[in-house]
Amino acid sequence: MKILVVVKQVPDSTTNIKIRPDGEDIERDGVKMVLDPFDEFAIEQAVQLKEKRSDVESVTVLIVGPQKAAEALRTTLAVGADDAIHLLDEAFDTLDELQTAALIAAVVRDGGYDLVLRGKQEIDLDSGQLGPALAEALDWPHVGAVTRLEVAADGKSLAASRRIEGAEERVEVALPALITCEKGLCEMRYPSLPNLMKAKKKPVKTLAAADVPGFAEVIGRVGGARMHRFAPPPERPPGKILEGETAETVKELVRLLREEAKAI
Amino acid sequence: MTNDILVFVEQRDDRVHPAGLQCLTPARELAGKTGGQVVACLIGEGIDQATAALEQAGPDRILIVRDPALKDYSALRYRTALAAAVEHCDPKVLLLPASFMGRDLAPRVAMRTGAALATDVIELTLTDDGALDVVRPLYNGKATCHVTFPADRLAIASVRPNTFAAPTGGSAAQKEEIPYAPAPGDDRITVKEVAKTGGDIKDVTEADIIVSGGRALKSEENFKIIYDLARVLDAAVGASRAACDAGYQPHSRQVGLTGKTVTPKLYIACGISGAIQHLAGMRGSKTIVAINTDPEAPMFKVADYGIVDDLFKVVPALTEEVRKLEL
Repeated sequence: MKILVVVKQVPDSTTNIKIRPDGEDIERDGVKMVLDPFDEFAIEQAVQLKEKRSDVESVTVLIVGPQKAAEALRTTLAVGADDAIHLLDEAFDTLDELQTAALIAAVVRDGGYDLVLRGKQEIDLDSGQLGPALAEALDWPHVGAVTRLEVAADGKSLAASRRIEGAEERVEVALPALITCEKGLCEMRYPSLPNLMKAKKKPVKTLAAADVPGFAEVIGRVGGARMHRFAPPPERPPGKILEGETAETVKELVRLLREEAKAI
Repeated sequence: MTNDILVFVEQRDDRVHPAGLQCLTPARELAGKTGGQVVACLIGEGIDQATAALEQAGPDRILIVRDPALKDYSALRYRTALAAAVEHCDPKVLLLPASFMGRDLAPRVAMRTGAALATDVIELTLTDDGALDVVRPLYNGKATCHVTFPADRLAIASVRPNTFAAPTGGSAAQKEEIPYAPAPGDDRITVKEVAKTGGDIKDVTEADIIVSGGRALKSEENFKIIYDLARVLDAAVGASRAACDAGYQPHSRQVGLTGKTVTPKLYIACGISGAIQHLAGMRGSKTIVAINTDPEAPMFKVADYGIVDDLFKVVPALTEEVRKLEL
C-alpha cells in the first residue's frame, strides 16, 4: 500500500493579517508560515499506519507552493514521511483550488497510491475544497472530516467515522480513497532530533509546469474563480454594556434581544 | 447555458436544512438580474415533507432526484445526482448551503461539471458583464475578499448559513422528477450507521442559537447552568478550546479555529475571554452577547451586548427571564 499526504503551508493562525495596498492579496512579507494544523493530523495518521502495518510500502508527501514551502515538507519528512514531491512554478501561484486539485490529480494519477490523506480544510482560505475536488478529479470516493480511521486487514477498504450535524456517521469505503482529517483523528507526536536530521537526507522531487503533460489543458477545464479586493473584516458596531444589578441587566438584555436584535 | 439559478436544498430524514432554504433568497435576487427562474433541487428517498416545506419558500420549479440508494448522504451518489440536475437545467449559477454536506459536495460537483467555485460566501451579485461576483471571509475571519467568476462557465457558490433569511409564502411549484442513474463505482461508499449524538441538545452547526461556556465554568458539573439556558432557548451548547481541553465538554462542542466555525443568529458567550482562535469560529454570528467578570475581555469588543458580572449569577437569572417568555 502506498500512501500520499497532500499538505499546504499557511500563515500561522496567530499572525496578524495585513492587506496589501493594492488589495490584490494579503501582505506576505514577514508572515510566519507553518504546516496547516489539520494537515499535521494527516501526516501523523499516515506515519502511524506505516508503523502498524507491514503492507504500507511508503508515505509520500506532496505540496504545491513557492520555494519557502519546502520548509513544510521538511517538517513532514521529520515526522516520518519517506519522500516528497514539491510542485514549484510561478505558473502554479495563480491557480485556484479546483485547478490546483486538477494539477495534483494529473501528477499523482499514475503513482499507484491507495490512500490519500489531507487536512479537512486549510486555515488560510477556510474552504476545504481541495480534498473533495482532488477525489473527484481522480474519480475516487472520499470521506470528509474523519475522526477515526481503520484500514481493513486485507488493505482493500477502510472504515471511517465522522461527526456530521448532530450525528456520528460510520462509513465503509473501497480503496483507493481520499480522506480529509479532522482534529483529534490521532495522537500527535513531535519529531525527535535524529528524525529532524534524517529528514534533510530524504529525497524531494521538484516538478514544474513543463513536467506536467498537457498542463494548460488540465487546468483550463475547471475553476478560474479570481480572488481580489481583499479587505479587513467589516467592523462590528460598538456594543452596549449593560450596567446595574443582575436582575435589571438580565431583564434589559432579554428586552434588547427581543425588540432590538429580534434574536429570540 | 440558461439564465436559471439552481439551488441544492439539503434534506436529511425528510427535513430540509434551513440553510438550504436560505439560499433561495440570494437565488431570487440573482434570477431577477439574469431574467431566469429559481430552480430548487432535492435529493433523497421519499422526501415528500421536504418537498412541501420547500414549496413554502417559493422556487419556480423543483427538481426531485428520488431513489432508495439516496437515503443517506454519499459524496459519490449525491455528486452524480446533483450533476444530473445541473445537466438537466443547465443553470448559470448553482448555490448550496455551506453546511457540512454542501461544503463536502460542492467541490466534487464543480470538478465534475467543469465549473468554478467559491465557498462560504456572504454577498452575491452580478457584474456588468454578467459574471457572478461574491464576497467571502477568509483567514479565520481576519479578512474578506471578492471572488469573480468566469462568465462562460457554471458558477457554484456555497452560502454561509444564517446570512440570509429564508423566503416564505410560496405556493405550488412545478415539479419534475429526474431519475438517479448511478455512475460506475457510485457504490464504493457504504453508510453503515448514523447515530444521533447529544441527546436533546442540538449540535452547534445546526442551531440558530448557541450558548457557549469557557474555562470560567470551572467544571463539567457547572456546565449545567449553560445547558439549562440552552434548553429554554432551544439552543446548542458550545465551548471554548480551554473548556474542552480541561475536559468540561467534548471536543465536538468546541467552537473556534480548530473546532467548528458557527454563524448562528445569536451567540451567548459565558465566561469566554475571546482568544483569537475562538473569535475565528464565531465572529460571523449575527448577534453576540458577552457575559464576563473581566471588563477588558476581548469578547466585549465583538459583542453587541455585554454584561460585566459573574456568570454564575447572570446565566441562571437569564434562564428564568427567558422562561417567562414561554418561547
